Amino acid sequence: MQWETVIGLEIHAQLSTKSKIFSAASTQFGAEVNTQACGIDLGMPGVLPVLNQAAVEMAVKFGLGAHADIAHTSVFARKNYFYPDLPKGYQISQYEFPIVNKGYIDIPLDDGTTKRIHITRAHLEEDAGKSLHENFNGYSGIDLNRAGIPLLEIVSEPEMHSAKEAVAYLKAVHTLVRYLNICDGNMQEGSFRCDANVSIRKKGEEKLGTRAELKNINSFRFVERAIHYEVERQISILSHGGTIIQETRLYDPNKNETRSLRSKEEANDYRYFPDPDLLPLIISDEFIAKIKQTLPELPQEKKKRFMEQYGLNAYDASILVSSKEIADYYENVVKESGNEAKLAANWVISEWLGALNKAGCDIMGTPISSAQLGKLILRIADHTISGKIAKVLFENLWNGEGEVDELIEKQGLKQVTNEAAIEKLIDEIIAHHPQQVADYRAGKEKLFGFFVGQAMKLSEGKLNPKQLNELLKIKLHQ
Amino acid sequence: MYRKTITALSHDLHAKKISSVELTRLFLERIHKHNKKLNSFITITEEYALQAAQAADVQLAACAAHPLTGIPIAHKDIFCTEGIKTSCGSKMLDNFISPYDATIVQKLKAAGTVLLGKTNMDEFAMGSSNENSYYGSVKNPWNVSCVSGGSSGGSAATIAACLALGATGTDTGGSIRQPAALCGITGLKPTYGRVSRYGMIAFASSLDQCGPLAKTVEDVALLLNALAGFDERDSTSVDYKVPDYTKTLNDSIDGIRIGLPKEYFHNGLQGDVAKVIETAIKEYEKAGARIQEISLPHTHLSVPAYYVIAPAECSSNLARYDGVRYGYRCNQPKDLEDFYKRTRSEGFGSEVKRRIMIGTYALSAGYYDAYYLKAQKVRRLIRDDFNQAFKKVDVILSPTSPTPAFKLGEKANDPISMYLSDIYTIAANLAGLPGISIPAGFVNQLPIGMQLIGNLFDEAKLLNIAHWYQKITDWHQRIPEGF
Repeated sequence: MQWETVIGLEIHAQLSTKSKIFSAASTQFGAEVNTQACGIDLGMPGVLPVLNQAAVEMAVKFGLGAHADIAHTSVFARKNYFYPDLPKGYQISQYEFPIVNKGYIDIPLDDGTTKRIHITRAHLEEDAGKSLHENFNGYSGIDLNRAGIPLLEIVSEPEMHSAKEAVAYLKAVHTLVRYLNICDGNMQEGSFRCDANVSIRKKGEEKLGTRAELKNINSFRFVERAIHYEVERQISILSHGGTIIQETRLYDPNKNETRSLRSKEEANDYRYFPDPDLLPLIISDEFIAKIKQTLPELPQEKKKRFMEQYGLNAYDASILVSSKEIADYYENVVKESGNEAKLAANWVISEWLGALNKAGCDIMGTPISSAQLGKLILRIADHTISGKIAKVLFENLWNGEGEVDELIEKQGLKQVTNEAAIEKLIDEIIAHHPQQVADYRAGKEKLFGFFVGQAMKLSEGKLNPKQLNELLKIKLHQ
Repeated sequence: MYRKTITALSHDLHAKKISSVELTRLFLERIHKHNKKLNSFITITEEYALQAAQAADVQLAACAAHPLTGIPIAHKDIFCTEGIKTSCGSKMLDNFISPYDATIVQKLKAAGTVLLGKTNMDEFAMGSSNENSYYGSVKNPWNVSCVSGGSSGGSAATIAACLALGATGTDTGGSIRQPAALCGITGLKPTYGRVSRYGMIAFASSLDQCGPLAKTVEDVALLLNALAGFDERDSTSVDYKVPDYTKTLNDSIDGIRIGLPKEYFHNGLQGDVAKVIETAIKEYEKAGARIQEISLPHTHLSVPAYYVIAPAECSSNLARYDGVRYGYRCNQPKDLEDFYKRTRSEGFGSEVKRRIMIGTYALSAGYYDAYYLKAQKVRRLIRDDFNQAFKKVDVILSPTSPTPAFKLGEKANDPISMYLSDIYTIAANLAGLPGISIPAGFVNQLPIGMQLIGNLFDEAKLLNIAHWYQKITDWHQRIPEGF
């Protein structure tokens, strides 16, 4: 039996406002437990919510970035349920009338094409607090620092058909919110998290299968693994004649499995109704136009520009625009290198990103500045040094041993480009290896590499390979 | 002295004929003497009051005083008062000391008033007789075997018995006007959004409104001056200019158009109550007012719509009382579910639980459209009725309540009959309109209230028309025997 996987994602992006969505309490991460919750966050008797305009602006930014409709009127609703870390006994969210409707985002596929994933809606809501289950003598503790932090819940259409596509979509949204500067995207701290709705159906069937909602997925890797596990589980059930039940399942990254949290029957009736403490949110065209002016160049536009302006292929361009920091770094390197765009792309992608990855270092903490890397590439381009020497210098720069020109000078790494000097060196090699020269001249052309190696060894890599090849060929054929 | 009005005593205080400390002591003595009988106070803030009175005297001496400086008042126990127990009439909040002041508490404090204590009320403002208080029912000063009305019964009885000069109340379906009527005093429910709701414990957020109770319209106007105004902490408060409500009290009412809704007068109005109101109507007519019959065709739907919307909102508003962060918590819970169930079963009284259950049902999946949404549509129709009416008239006149104060216990087991005692007041809440109740006479030695409903933000006109009646009558000056 051929099965088709159907995936829709609900992403919760924490908006980077200074204060909470309905109170003036700070949103700073990592503060002492319960020090960032005011009376409003605590659900004190008599308190009232007041909407934070910054959260609205960020939601509108997202809507514009996702080519979506911004609702001129949206409505906050109460989602009622009891839980100790939900202070008011309801969460203020948006239900029937969200602020953002009908957008899309394009994701890159492996074959180099892109696929359009539609965004059903995105709505504003407040986060709940956190229950702490350790060290309370049989009770649970509650930390309300997180209560009231603004979230944008971004709901996709069920249009992804593999874990890979789901990850690509998640990454694209992640990139977008970071570009827009509306979410720090930190998955470990929970600023960017997602639930996945996963179902399978027989290939060719129209009707969606019964879905499971996977909760608690806080890394790109876990999304992929959780979906893989869940798809296998569902296939196994259906192939054995079983039925899938609609339920919420928790992903356990330690065991790499999903397990049932609650079934549809046990689900809450949230009794949504418009929050009478908040008026409908009215957004004018002027407000939207004003925000539009503040939008930065977005990943898709930037990618297109990189391909056109720098002559990059789609693959390299997507890597370089995958974060605004990388893109900015790259563009600086290009500038400093005297417009060696392709060479710069190679160096940024394979050397710099590789080194960052290996060191487990983030972009902002790079030991090599874009100016330094640009200079290094400039020196390759103007034949001062060879690519091979440049790799050694890259290490030196990484370790903070000095500046490019200074290092070249100090270590005498300047490429030898004087023809007479190179010819002299070649003559020496020919004199010391008569047998190899004879064999080469007798037709054993493979030996050419041996002579190149000898020359590089003697010159400590300081020869320009192209120049060496030319001169070596002339000498050997004399 | 204690029978005087705020207006009169404000003059005396400013003229240094009496000090605020003396006045405050006088009222504290009266509270100690009469509260056992009336039960109109839950908390008496004696020490706090004397401190405030001393501060007020300093202000008065420095001639830097507000008209309300040094005036002893009481707050309904629904308003959060920093450092003072704020119970909302419930066991659930019996141990709750508010960490902050409601906006209106701050405002009256800033005006220099002296807080004598917190008044009794129906639990979470749910009731029309004040029999639903965890602290026991409030007795009507005119006849202590009768109810005070509710839910602001404590505030109304306090004013009627001269235990304070002014008081705050809240009105969700008549909770200021009905007890004001039953206790023979003046009570105003302002336009929804006129007064901040911040720090006022919510019952039904889209209907709740804070307002003043006092002996006279003039006093109510003075209090409203201090209470009204936009509050950035309440998104539903309206940024609309606050006039000086005392300035227009004596405007002429010649030619004013008064509407009488036929639906209010034709159905079930007791003969004696009708006579009292008819007398008042004749007086207005004599003064040059133009009386005309109007129709509010959806009147019969207001009580049913109210008893869907108010419980629905209350079921959500009261969800926060879960015993986790403050308030009552059950003993030795077995698990989380037991914790919730017992905390809430033990902490809430029966009327509150009844309304939470009605509201939960009305919002449930599959019932929302039939109840909550339908009720909201009815609300729009009721609002439209008033919009039509105010094209023809300036104010609408009616009784405040169909009967005078009834006997304690008389309707306690008949919620429907109890709900119907708000039949004339509820529509103003559904439409967000201001309404005032003033004393208009007596039936069986019990006071009868007359209600005037005005257009949105038309409090000044309401007060003007009500004040005119107090100039030609003395119903508002009557004091119950023994007080």
